[in-house]
Formats: sequence, C-alpha cells, structure tokens
Amino acid sequence: MDVETLADDASLYEAGMTSHASVNVMLALEDTFDVEFPDEMLKRSVFESVASISSALAQLETQAA
Amino acid sequence: MTVTADRDAAFLAGIGKIAETIAAVHADDVDRNARFPIEAVTALREQRAFSALVPTEHGGEGVSFRAIATACFMLGRRCGATAMVFAMHQIQVATIIRHSEGSSHFEEYLRTLVADQRLIASVTSEIGTGGDMSRSVAALTPTADGRASFEKQAPTVSYGAYADDLLTTLRAHPDAAPGEQVAVLHRANDTTLEPSGTWDPLGMRGTCSPGFTVKAEVTAEQALPAPFSAIAPETMVPVSHILWSHVWLGIATDAFDRARAFVRAAARRAPGEPVPAAVKLSHVMTQLSMLRGEVHRALDEYVAAADDRERLSTMAFALHVNNLKLAASEQVPRVCQGAMGVCGIVGFKNDTPFSIGRHLRDAMSASLMVANERLHQTNAGLLLIAKEV
Repeated sequence: MDVETLADDASLYEAGMTSHASVNVMLALEDTFDVEFPDEMLKRSVFESVASISSALAQLETQAA
Repeated sequence: MTVTADRDAAFLAGIGKIAETIAAVHADDVDRNARFPIEAVTALREQRAFSALVPTEHGGEGVSFRAIATACFMLGRRCGATAMVFAMHQIQVATIIRHSEGSSHFEEYLRTLVADQRLIASVTSEIGTGGDMSRSVAALTPTADGRASFEKQAPTVSYGAYADDLLTTLRAHPDAAPGEQVAVLHRANDTTLEPSGTWDPLGMRGTCSPGFTVKAEVTAEQALPAPFSAIAPETMVPVSHILWSHVWLGIATDAFDRARAFVRAAARRAPGEPVPAAVKLSHVMTQLSMLRGEVHRALDEYVAAADDRERLSTMAFALHVNNLKLAASEQVPRVCQGAMGVCGIVGFKNDTPFSIGRHLRDAMSASLMVANERLHQTNAGLLLIAKEV
C-alpha cells in the first residue's frame, strides 16, 4: 500500500490494517501528539481513516483548550 | 409486575420444568452415548423457546436477554450439552435480530422461526484460519444464474446434523481479503453436509459437533446486511461469551451442589462429629462465588449497554467480554475439580448421586471454545491502550 495514493477518507482496515496494528497506531499517536484517547474513543470507527483520526485528535485538542 | 417481567417469569418456569423433568433425566445417557439430547430439545421446541428472544413485533415471545441467560444457567445445572445447544441457538437468533437492519428477507425469516421453531447452528470455525473467527478461507462465489455458491471446511459444527438452518461466515466474494466477511443463513435442506470426522470427545458429548464440509447455493438476500466485522464485536462475541459462561456457571453450580449434598449426608450420619470435607466445601464456595460474580457482572454490563452499538464496539468492552470468557473458562474446571475433591471416590465414580465426572469433563471444553491463548493474545494488545480496565 502506497501512502501517497491512500486517500484521507480511505479505510485503513480495508488497506490491510489489522486490529493488532491499530493498537500500535494508537500508541504512536498518543506519544507523538501527547494526548490520551479516552476509552469511548478507542473503537474501530475512530481509527477507520486518516480523516477520522484527525477529527478525533482535533476533538481532544478542543477539549484540552 | 410489568408485561416483560411476567413474560420472563412464565418462560423461566417452563425452562425450569424442562431442566428438572427432562434434561436432568437424560443427561447421563446423552453423555455416555455422545448422543443429541433430543428429548430436551424437543421439549424446548414445544415450549416455543427457540423464538423466545424474538421481539413481539415480529411475532416472537419477547423474552428479555437476561432471562435467556438465566435459562442457559438453569439448563446447565441439569445437562451441559442441552444448555450449550440452547445457548448456541440463541446466539444465532440474537445476531439475526440485531443485524437484519430492516431486511424483508430476515423479517420474514423471523416469522418462519416463530412459526416452525427452527433450530439454527453456526458454521464459523474453519480449517486454515488458525481458529481465528474473524478470517475466512471459503468465499461466496457468483454462479451463472446470479446466485452464489460456497464450500467450507468446518472442523466442528455443533449439532450440525440436527439443525434446520445454518449461519455460515464466508469471505464476501472470491477477491475479498480474509477479514472481509459476511454471515449467510441457509436451510439445512438446501445444504450438503458431509461429515469429515467422528465425534467421541472428552466432554460436551451431547452437542454432537463433528467436522463437516458444508456446501450450498444462496441468493444475495440470504447474507445479513451488516458486515461480519460489525456483527462479531457488537453481538456475536459478547452474546457467545455471556451465554456460554452462564452454561458453565450452571455446570459448576451443580458440581458444588452435589459436593454440598455429600457433606450434609456425612454430617447427618455422624451428628456432632467434625466432617473434614466440610472445610474443603467452604474453599470451593469461594471459587464458585468469584465465578458467579464475574458472570453476573458481564451480563449487567452488556444489558446496560443495550443497543448502544458505539459502546459495544469500544476496545474497553471487547477487553471485558474477552476477559469474561477467559476468567470463566479457567475457573469452571477448578470449581468442578474442587467439588470432586470434596466427594472423593464417590464423586470420581460415574454412578453415584455425587458423581462429578460429567461436570468436570464438560468444563474442560470451556477453554477450547475459541482458544484461550488467542483471546489472551488479543487482550494483551488491548491492555496496552485501554485506560480503565
């Protein structure tokens, strides 16, 4: 899968992301953006695409501000 | 009392009667001969228990999920195999009810289920997936006449030879990835079921679950509209773990009851003298009460979430419901073995009122129904990210 051709709203799961890989994505996001996803955000739909992840991060930033 | 409470009470009164007067009577014969518990299943069918969970607007009995779980427990106390057949059927029914999404085909099916009291088996396990239900090898393959066919190699299909209908997971099409699955409901009459093995297991012998090669042709409307990746976490996995656990709790409770009856009989024979086994029994009670606490807690959590699918799809919920299965399946054999330790040789023998052999053997199946090590692996990942456990 080429990152350049993956649209922001394309399903990461359909692109081959496994549940196991998604946990690593979540850990990396928490680390990079210095945030903690609450349990209610830790679900498939939030990590479905780059766009849904961005919107979740934006939501966390708004809450923190 | 509310209408629902009345309905539940009437339903459970019927289940209690079947458990005591039919399932209990045949349990040892079912176990000894590894034969289907036809007497109890027939009685359940006559009581319309197969459509108990179907809402009244679809013509069903509208019994609550909590009552279905209690029924699994009550039947489990008398015949583990009968209880497991009942539980597995209810898992398919719960799945169809929640994931029909207004499909007229499935609404019609629910009416047929109510009218004919059809028994539904599931074909979810498959050779070549390493026991991972969320992956399939077999695929729905378009045929020339616009239908689709499949052939699936299932290592076990519980009561496969006795089911009226089968709910089978498959890849959605020949090019689909292993995880792109659908669940297809098809009639046993329209299906070729070739047994691929024998059935002479250690326990749960009455579930009659040999391997089968399953072949059928279906139409598009026979696939549940929701993808299996949503069906599994929202319904099939939590309902399976909760209902199985209630069956296991029933088995463990009867093992404990037999041990208690043994201790009481010993105490009556020699009034005033200490009964060494009585202290052992107290130890077993602590183990049983922990099992019961976890099983009831998980049921409460699921019932509280009700139809909140967002909540059911969180990793926190998956972590809890997997943990239920792990904790319960590891605890059930412990309780049964403890109970056998209380009874001693009369618990070890197969033909006394205090026999625990069937319970212990049935209990050993719990950690294999979806391999525990796979679930531990999943939970190990979820624990890295979960906040409240």
